[in-house]
Amino acid sequence: MTENKTATAETKKLTAKDFASDQDVRWCPGCGDYSILAQVQRVLPTLGIPRENVVFVAGIGCSSRFPYYMNTYGFHGIHGRATAIASGIKVARPELSVWVATGDGDCLSIGGNHFVHLLRRNIDVNIILFNNRIYGLTKGQYSPTSEKGKITRSSPYGSIDNPVDPIQLALGSSGTFIARGIDRDPKELQYVIERASEHKGTSFIEVYQNCNVFNDGAYSQYTDKEVKAEHVLILEHGKPLIFGKNRDKGIRLNRFFRPEVVPLDEAGEGDIVVHDEKNKHLALVLAEMTDDPSLPTPFGVFYAVDKPTYEEEYVKQIEHAIETEGRGTLKDLLESGNTWDITEN
Amino acid sequence: METNTDTPPEVTEKTLEEVTVRFAGDSGDGMQLTGSQFTKTTALVGNDLETFPDYPAEIRAPAGTLFGVSGFQISFASHDVYTPGDRADVLVAMNPAALKVNLNMLRPGGIIIANSDGFDAKNLRLAGYETNPLEDDSLKGYEVYSIPITKLTTTALEKLPLSMKEIVRSKNFFALGLMYWLFNRPLEPSLEWIEKKFAKNPELKKANSIALKAGYNYGDITHIFTTRYRVEPAKLPAGKYRNVTGNEAMALGIVASCELSGLPGFLGSYPITPASDILHELSRYRRFNFRTFQAEDEIAGISSAIGASFAGSLAFTTSSGPGIALKQEAIGLAVMVELPLVIINVQRGGPSTGLPTKTEQADLFQAILGRNGEAPVVVMAAKTPGDCFHTVIDASRIAVKYMTPVIVLSDGYIANGSEPWMIPDPESLQKIPVEFAKNPETYKPYSRNKFNARPWAIPGTPGLEHRIGGLEKKHITGNVSYDPVNHEFMCRLRREKIEGIVDDIPDQEVYGPESGDLLIVGWGGTYGALRQATEYLIEEGKSVAHAHIKYLYPFPRNLREILSRYKTILVPELNLGQLSVLLKAHYLIPVESYNKIQGLPFTTTEIREKVNEVLAGK
Repeated sequence: MTENKTATAETKKLTAKDFASDQDVRWCPGCGDYSILAQVQRVLPTLGIPRENVVFVAGIGCSSRFPYYMNTYGFHGIHGRATAIASGIKVARPELSVWVATGDGDCLSIGGNHFVHLLRRNIDVNIILFNNRIYGLTKGQYSPTSEKGKITRSSPYGSIDNPVDPIQLALGSSGTFIARGIDRDPKELQYVIERASEHKGTSFIEVYQNCNVFNDGAYSQYTDKEVKAEHVLILEHGKPLIFGKNRDKGIRLNRFFRPEVVPLDEAGEGDIVVHDEKNKHLALVLAEMTDDPSLPTPFGVFYAVDKPTYEEEYVKQIEHAIETEGRGTLKDLLESGNTWDITEN
Repeated sequence: METNTDTPPEVTEKTLEEVTVRFAGDSGDGMQLTGSQFTKTTALVGNDLETFPDYPAEIRAPAGTLFGVSGFQISFASHDVYTPGDRADVLVAMNPAALKVNLNMLRPGGIIIANSDGFDAKNLRLAGYETNPLEDDSLKGYEVYSIPITKLTTTALEKLPLSMKEIVRSKNFFALGLMYWLFNRPLEPSLEWIEKKFAKNPELKKANSIALKAGYNYGDITHIFTTRYRVEPAKLPAGKYRNVTGNEAMALGIVASCELSGLPGFLGSYPITPASDILHELSRYRRFNFRTFQAEDEIAGISSAIGASFAGSLAFTTSSGPGIALKQEAIGLAVMVELPLVIINVQRGGPSTGLPTKTEQADLFQAILGRNGEAPVVVMAAKTPGDCFHTVIDASRIAVKYMTPVIVLSDGYIANGSEPWMIPDPESLQKIPVEFAKNPETYKPYSRNKFNARPWAIPGTPGLEHRIGGLEKKHITGNVSYDPVNHEFMCRLRREKIEGIVDDIPDQEVYGPESGDLLIVGWGGTYGALRQATEYLIEEGKSVAHAHIKYLYPFPRNLREILSRYKTILVPELNLGQLSVLLKAHYLIPVESYNKIQGLPFTTTEIREKVNEVLAGK
C-alpha cells in the first residue's frame, strides 16, 4: 500500500499484489496450488470489483487454505461445508462476489451434497475445484476422483472405488457454468476464471492440479510438451473441435452419438463438431471424453447458459411482498392473526 | 333422566370454572383441526387455556388401529391455566381405538361422546374389543353419549354433489358443532375460517358449514344432553391477546429480534418434526425482509446461517435433537469464529430418531456439552408457548452483544401446545444495539471490548478485509496460531466470555416461600405442571417453592444461594436426570431427581404426589 493514500477505492487501480495477504503461503514447494493462486490474483484486479466486496470461502484440505493467502474477506470453514457457507453469504448479501476454493475430497466426498445443491439452486458463487485426485493434507489416501486400482496408504491392494467425474456431476446437478482448467496452462486458467466471474449463477471450474508429493504426474499427459497436444482439446465457443500437434485432427460424432477422432483431411463437409457452450447434450458428450485413451480430454468452457439466480428470485419475492403487503412493522407482526381485547375486570 | 316422558327433558345450564376436553380419532379424522378450531373459539370468548396435541409420527396410519390414534387435549377456564389438564372431563372418541387409547386419560365419571358409527365390527376388532363397549357394561361409571355422528352428517349433506368419502370427512365438523353447543361457544369464528379455508371449493365449504351447524343444532334440538356448560371468561390482565403455539411465538420472536436490531434476518433450516412450523411461519415473512433458506440438510442449514452471520445478518437455525447432533461441528465453528448465531432445538424423544412427535427434555447435555473441544455456548430454555417469544429475543441480544452462538431449547410440548398470549407493546421491547467495525486504523479481528466480545466486521467494509476460520486464532490479530500458550489462553478466554454473561442476565426468581422444606427446580416446558403443583401444595400448607431456570449455561449468579435455603431440592425432568447432574456438579449439593421419559409431559398430580412422597420421607 505504497500508492497515493488519498486515492479512493474507485480511482486506485488494483494489482495482483493488492490481493495477496501478508501470510506466508505454506503449500509444498512445487505444488500446483501456487499457480491457481497466482492466476486468481492476476484476474481479480481486472474485474473491477472493489476488494472489500470479495469473499473467499473454503472448507478443509490443502486447497482450502486459499482464503488465508487472499487479501479479501475470507472464511476457512469446516470440511465439506464451504459451498453451504458461501450460499448463506450470497443469499444474505447478493452484491458480494463470493468464491469457493475446494478440493476433490472437500467438494466431492464430504461436501458432495452441498456441491450438488449449490449448483441446482444457481446461487451466484464461483467454485474452483482443485482436483489432484488424492488426499494431500491427510498424507496420501485415495480420493473420490482417484482412478480405480490406485495404490495408496489406505488402498495397499489398489482402490476398488470407481471415481466420480466432477464435470458430469455438475452437469447432472443443473449447473449453468461448467469449465475445466489445468495448473500448468495459466492463460487458459485465467480465461476460465474470468469467464466464471462474469457468469451470473453458480460457476464451476475443475482445475487439474498436480500434487507433486502424493500423486505426482497425475496429469502429465496433459502437461508434458511432447505429448500434450495429442491429449488436450481446447474448447472454443463457435469453433470446430480441432487438436493435435499440427492441429490436423478433429472430433466428429458417429451415428451412435459417440465422439471419434478424424484426421481433418478425411473429414467431410460439416463433419467436425462445432463447440456450442449452450448445448447441454454436447457438454455431456464432451465430459464423457475425459481420460478416454482414444480421445483427447477437453479443457475450457463446456457449458454456459443464463438462468435466473436464486438470490435474484429471492429479492424479487421480497420486493413483491413489500410492494403488495407493505413493509412489515413490529406492530403488524405481533397483531397478525386473530386478536381480542381484554379490558379491566 | 328419571322420568320417561315424550317431551324432551329441560336443559339446565351449569357454570364450571375449568374444563378439559380431549378429542380423539384416527389420524385421518381431522382431530388436530377440530381441536385447533375449538381452541381458537375458546380463546376468542376469553377463557385462559392450554393445549396438548398428541399425534402419531405416521401421517395417515392405518385406519382404526391403536397406533393411528390422534388426540388433542385442551383445558380452558375462567381462571389462569398452566397445563392442558391431567385428566379430561370430556372425551370425544370417533372410533373404538380412540376410546381404548384415551380412556385412561378420562376422569372417573367423565363424559364420553362416541361416534357410534365408528364402532363397527372391523374397528372393534382392530382395537381389540371383543364386544362393543358402547353396548356392554364396560363403560359403567362414565356418562356415555353414543351418537351416530357419521350417519347424521351424511343425512345432513345428502343433497350435496359430493362423493360419500368427501361427505364422511365432514363428520369432525359435526362433532365440533356439538361441542360448541355443549360449551356455549359461538359458531362464527369457525364458520369464518371455513369460508376462507375452502374459498376455492364451494361445495366443501358448504358441506363443512352445514355439518358444523348440524352438530350444534343436534345438541340444541334433541336435548340428548340434559346439562349444558358455561365457562366464564378468565380474568386475564387487560391487553390485546392472540393465541400462539410455541413454534409461532418462536417465529414471531425471531422476526422481532431482527426488527429490534435493525439487522436483516436469515434462517438456514432443514425440515424436521417438531420444529418445521418455525420454518413454515418464517417463510411467510418476506415483507419483513426476512430470508428463509431451506437447506439440503441440517449441516447446510447451520453453515448457511454462519455464512449469513459473517455477512452481517442476524442468523438463526432451527431443528430438533437428531438435527442438532448433526450441527454440532458447525456450532463449534461458530464458537471459534465468534459470530452471533441463535440455534433453536425443539426437543423430541430420543435417542436417534426416537419419538419424533413426542416431547422430551433429554438434549440438555447435548446443548451444553455436545461439541468437540472446549466449546462453551450460552444455553437458554423457554418455559411456555408465549415465553418462546421473549426467550429468543434475549438469545438474539446476547448473541450479538457477546458475538457468540446461543442455544435455545424448546420442546414438542410447548412448540405444538398453545395458549392465549398477551401481545407486548412494540415500544416496550428493548432495542438490540449493533455496532459493526468500520475503522481500518484500529481494527483487529480478535481484539476485545469490555464484554470480551470481538468486533463484527462485515464484507463490504473497505480496509477491514480479514480471514477467519476454524483453526485456532491468535489473540488480537486473529491469525492462525498453533502456539500452545495462546491455545490455552484462548480456551480460557472463550469460556470467560460466556461465563461473564452471568452479569447480564436476571437473577433467578423463586415462586413461593423464600426458604423451606422443598424447592422444586425445573427448566423448559415442564413449567406449567410444576407451577400448578406448587400452587396446590402451598394451598395445602406445604412448605414448597418453585424455581424454573431459563439460563442453563451460565446459571444465574444467585442460584447457589437459593438452593442453600431449602432442605430438599427436587428436580423433575423429562429425561434421566440431566439438570440434576449439572446442579450436583456445579454446587456439590445433594438433589433428588424425579424423572419421566415416556414422551409425555408431567401431570400436576404426578408432581404433587412426588413432592408429598419426598416430604413424607419415603
